[in-house]
Amino acid sequence: MKPIELDLHTRGISQYVDDMPRPEGLLFAAVLPSPVAHGIIRSLGTDRALQIHGVSALFAAQDIPGENQIGTIIQDEPMLAEKEVHYMGQPLAIVVAEELEIARKAVRAIHVEIDELPVIVDPKEAYQQGEIIGSPRLFASGDVELMWEKCDAVVQGSCDIGGQEHVYLETQRARALPMEGKRMTVYSATQSPYTVQRVISKILGLPLHAIEVDVKRLGGAFGGKENQASLWAAIAAMSAWILQKPVELVLTRAEDMQMTGKRHPYISDFKIGATRDGKILAYEVHHYQNAGASADLSTAILERTLFHSANSYYIPNTRIFGVSCRTNLQPHTAFRGFGGPQAMFVMESALTKVAEALGMTREEVQCENLLTDGKYFPYGQQAQAIEVLTCWYEMDAKYDFDLVRERVESYNADHFETKKGFAVMPICFGISFTSSFMNQAGALVHVYTDGSVSVSTGGVEMGQGLNANLALITARAFGINPDRITVESTNTTRVANMSPSAASTTLHLNGQAALIAVKEIKNRLISMITKELNLDAYASVKIKNERVLFEGHKTGWDWERLVQKAYFSRVDLSAHGFYATPNIYFDRDQKKGRPFAYHVCGVALIEATVDCLRGVYTLDSVKILHDIGESLDWEVEMGQIQGALAQGLGWMTLEDLRYDDHGRLLSPTLAEYKTPDVYFMPDEIEITPLNQRETVDGLPYGNKAVGEPPFMYGIGAFFAIRDAMRAFRPDIDFGFDAPMTPERVLMALHPEFNS
Amino acid sequence: MTRFILNNTETCIDLPAGLSVLDYLRHNQRLTGTKEGCREGDCGACVTLIGELWQNKMRYLPVATCLTPLCELHGKHLVTIEGLSMDDLSPVQQAILDKKASQCGFCTPGITVSLTGLLMQLDGDLSEEQIKRALSGHLCRCTGYSSLKLTLAPLKKRMSGRTGIDALLEMGMLPDYFRSIPERLKRIPLPEIKQLDQIGSDDIPLAGGTDLYAQHRDKLTQNRIVPLNLYPELKGIRSDKNAIRVGALTTFESFAQDPEIRRIIPGIENYIKKIASWQIRNRATIGGNIINASPIGDITILLLTMGAELILQQGKSQRVIQLSQFYKGYKQTDKKSDEILTEIRIPIPEPGSLIHFEKISKRRHLDIASVNSAIKIRVNKNQIQDARIGVGGVAPIPLLLGEVGQKLIGCPVSVHTVRQAASLAIKSISPIDDIRGSAAYKQLLTRQLIIAHFTLLFPDQVKARDFYEAD
Ligand SMILES: Cc1cc2nc3c(=O)[nH]c(=O)nc-3n(C[C@H](O)[C@H](O)[C@H](O)COP(=O)(O)OP(=O)(O)OC[C@H]3O[C@@H](n4cnc5c(N)ncnc54)[C@H](O)[C@@H]3O)c2cc1C
Ligand code: FES
Ligand code: FES
Repeated sequence: MKPIELDLHTRGISQYVDDMPRPEGLLFAAVLPSPVAHGIIRSLGTDRALQIHGVSALFAAQDIPGENQIGTIIQDEPMLAEKEVHYMGQPLAIVVAEELEIARKAVRAIHVEIDELPVIVDPKEAYQQGEIIGSPRLFASGDVELMWEKCDAVVQGSCDIGGQEHVYLETQRARALPMEGKRMTVYSATQSPYTVQRVISKILGLPLHAIEVDVKRLGGAFGGKENQASLWAAIAAMSAWILQKPVELVLTRAEDMQMTGKRHPYISDFKIGATRDGKILAYEVHHYQNAGASADLSTAILERTLFHSANSYYIPNTRIFGVSCRTNLQPHTAFRGFGGPQAMFVMESALTKVAEALGMTREEVQCENLLTDGKYFPYGQQAQAIEVLTCWYEMDAKYDFDLVRERVESYNADHFETKKGFAVMPICFGISFTSSFMNQAGALVHVYTDGSVSVSTGGVEMGQGLNANLALITARAFGINPDRITVESTNTTRVANMSPSAASTTLHLNGQAALIAVKEIKNRLISMITKELNLDAYASVKIKNERVLFEGHKTGWDWERLVQKAYFSRVDLSAHGFYATPNIYFDRDQKKGRPFAYHVCGVALIEATVDCLRGVYTLDSVKILHDIGESLDWEVEMGQIQGALAQGLGWMTLEDLRYDDHGRLLSPTLAEYKTPDVYFMPDEIEITPLNQRETVDGLPYGNKAVGEPPFMYGIGAFFAIRDAMRAFRPDIDFGFDAPMTPERVLMALHPEFNS
Repeated sequence: MTRFILNNTETCIDLPAGLSVLDYLRHNQRLTGTKEGCREGDCGACVTLIGELWQNKMRYLPVATCLTPLCELHGKHLVTIEGLSMDDLSPVQQAILDKKASQCGFCTPGITVSLTGLLMQLDGDLSEEQIKRALSGHLCRCTGYSSLKLTLAPLKKRMSGRTGIDALLEMGMLPDYFRSIPERLKRIPLPEIKQLDQIGSDDIPLAGGTDLYAQHRDKLTQNRIVPLNLYPELKGIRSDKNAIRVGALTTFESFAQDPEIRRIIPGIENYIKKIASWQIRNRATIGGNIINASPIGDITILLLTMGAELILQQGKSQRVIQLSQFYKGYKQTDKKSDEILTEIRIPIPEPGSLIHFEKISKRRHLDIASVNSAIKIRVNKNQIQDARIGVGGVAPIPLLLGEVGQKLIGCPVSVHTVRQAASLAIKSISPIDDIRGSAAYKQLLTRQLIIAHFTLLFPDQVKARDFYEAD
């Protein structure tokens, strides 16, 4: 099949929001960010800005026609600050002008006076001051208190985990067009058109059906446009609504980095106990999530942290505490893994520490505790079709962890200033939105009289290959050539009330919905042709390779003729499909349930070399065995794994998101904030799909979600580097603060120097 | 008036001189294949090719258009992704598609342009190292680069050992209109620019623009910009008996590829890889690095250590100043506002001199150093004859460790000597805490890099182990 998206991409003709032809009279908006992290707004001096030639309007909170509220789960976030500002970069005012540069210049000409208030950047400090969002959460199984004394080793520790900037290459943007009859059409770079629709409806005080949101594609998102695209779309929409002119808002990279939320930094304290042969009996953890200034998706993200706190291990006694702490940073938000990575990092840290106390290797303790079917997760779901042990054994058989250790040790014996290290990283990630109601999707399928097909779903294409996969599975289901399928933009008038494209569920949910619609149309076609040909055996009529077959034989009918006939017979060639994931529920009071349709597992082996003289390191190789179920298009899936891995490696090593005590981001541009580049990524990356063992019901063609889980393989990099550092300085008890930047490595290797 | 060829179209414009090529393409021309990802040279989404006649042949280089002023295009050929696309996909486009080396697609046009630029420029066989060089200025947040690296095999196969523009044209890998470009460029009259000696203090001399745009974009559209690249006399590298004379407008890439430079700075081809990216090195100039006066400038540290001197021109008069005397304070130099740096003279090192450069940054490539350091040293019978060590990022100015160099003279090459040099170095520096590292880290790095210089240059006399075991 022709991968249409990619053809357009390589020619540079695929259109993102602001690439579309400009409507007549398009105006440009720019946003004034708060220069301080906490304070009371005294005044906004706008005179100078308004005098600039070409400025059309300037808006502040009081100009909002509807309700100044963009919070989704919790209603705690204004679109524009009213009295108080809560983070540096918070939008204060909007300027609209004839040219983008004029709007930006006018923003700089606004004079704000703010009385500063004390700033909190540390989540524990926020917690101590009672600055929390939602309520603290606790999951527990067994009884940890009873267990500690039964353990041969009990250790405690703490992790300080950095956040992560999304660096979607396309920054946040939207274009809004006023339409006749008090309606708006909004082109938004969002993962969640329905959220954008809801937020705009509230800001403008209009019913949902007055707002049409359309999304063609995103230039990357990774969670950063799940909730946080709405603010910018709403700003463009409000400006367009008041001025009754089309308005576009595109953030610069610097604005985007300074104004939008990121992956949550966490501080987590753990206590873990194990028997002398490495069996973990009890695990207690306190996660202090740095949520930033408002809720955004923080509480949902925290919940997933709790779900994944034991990663792929079975631990009979757990006490898992988590709290979202309100600080004066940007409201942090979804990012690939959604709270899972932080949970798994802490688990791996605790496991490492207890292994060290027992004098065992990490792999020994890991293998001893891997989860198997029939056991229970701390949240009460029974493990089913969990392939992590299978993956572990296959990886061990293929690469021989003992041999790797021997090789690494012999290298280390021969080298003084460079040391090698490695880590094995198993993952087990639950698939489904943890808010069960969100696991629903709709699709609309049209067959046109020439046999071409149009598919609309609630899923957004953001590079994950959704459109190609939807074309592939709908074509397969129809029995026709994928070239006949066009996947349309995601539009709220074609599919209503859609869930965000997130939680790795997009293809699963929307693919199923599309397949239901296809089946509906196909049934109509087959019952028509059965009648037409006077056949009685309904079930044995099939469409295959564009031909209508009866009991495997040609009938002389092909797809085009079939569709023509249906049209003239007044058979409906369109259908809507709706899918809701069955059998999932979670009782938030009992903290028990079956929140996930299934889990995705895998194991990675990561090797690193540290230059201990200079503190720099290279990641030498990554090997992965990943459970994809039935592969649909392995190249596309491998692309997801490689991309997620790169982000995971970056999060653990280079990506140094830092704030000062005033809540100022110290890495506000790509000159300071470094993501993996072509040289950073190891040349040796081997990814193998696990041969399907047990099937999971209800997946489109048995294909398992792949978007998020592989991100967490990257965690292994931290422990591989740490392993190498231990070879250089076996006398030091290294900590668990991430990312492991070259600075941290060098300083940790030379503690004497500081004095 | 700026006259150039945009893809296949003769173009003549009168727009603010400092307008960036990126804004011109996206806003004025609505050629939206060129993307904006950062506006500071760090992502590569905005990369296009700029072609010019060079020794009567076309030479195309990929550059970051977000840092390139429009006025500089005069007499050049600007090629965007639209100008590379044909009815069928080009081999580069096809390879990206076949290897699924694009996901969200936002980085793809820029990458396609750079890979095409590589094939046009390359002489010799395509290698993975070359592909990496071409991708060095590009961020892709989706693919993790593996699939991008896999484009090597199909490209290699398609090129079957041939490279260069003519070969590409013959094989139908570039649009046919490229053939007519040299003749068409020759028809463009020379630019109307003032004489070099008339540049005044109201003018902003712009070399590669890689610092100016990143730091002062707002000023550039309003003020008078003098694009120094339009003065051929400021380019080129010549050698004298005692010195190599480097035109201030020499780009990092041309510098590192020059045979004379390679001779006096062995290893430059490795050092240069750690400095910016290919796309930036095609623009960034040696003179700009020096005048920008960043305490961490990589080339500056190297040249400072080599004992370079600067030729500054003001009107018709010239003066010479030692680079080591040039810096007065943080971002302050001895240069008067109407002086132009025309040339850098690098003394040819005495026979037996050894030179080494170290750079430590968070990310190894395309990142500003936390600390960098260069050494030039001459040893005879295990006795140091002379030594110069430069360190960047540890003081308000690029620092020459003069006293350390002095003290080293006469000492044997030994662990003891290095220890003393390192502790004196730490006393001579005054680093500050910032995102590139804490002051303590930079102190430690300074020590480590001095050790590294010696362990690399004198592996028999000085070993890293010695600094740990006795500690
Ligand atoms: C993405 C990126 C990565 C970078 N990486 C590195 C790196 O790794 N290492 C490093 O050292 N630097 C790096 N830089 C900084 C920059 O590229 C260099 O400092 C470069 O040498 C500047 O040269 P330029 O020609 O672009 O200077 P410009 O930006 O054109 O000019 C810089 C300053 O010098 C003045 N000027 C320039 N030439 C002259 C002259 N001949 N006479 C008088 N005044 C003059 C200008 O007016 C201006 O004030 C990077 C920059 C970017 C954008
Ligand atoms: S826009 Fe990122 S390099 Fe130019
Ligand atoms: S494909 Fe999305 S950034 Fe490269």
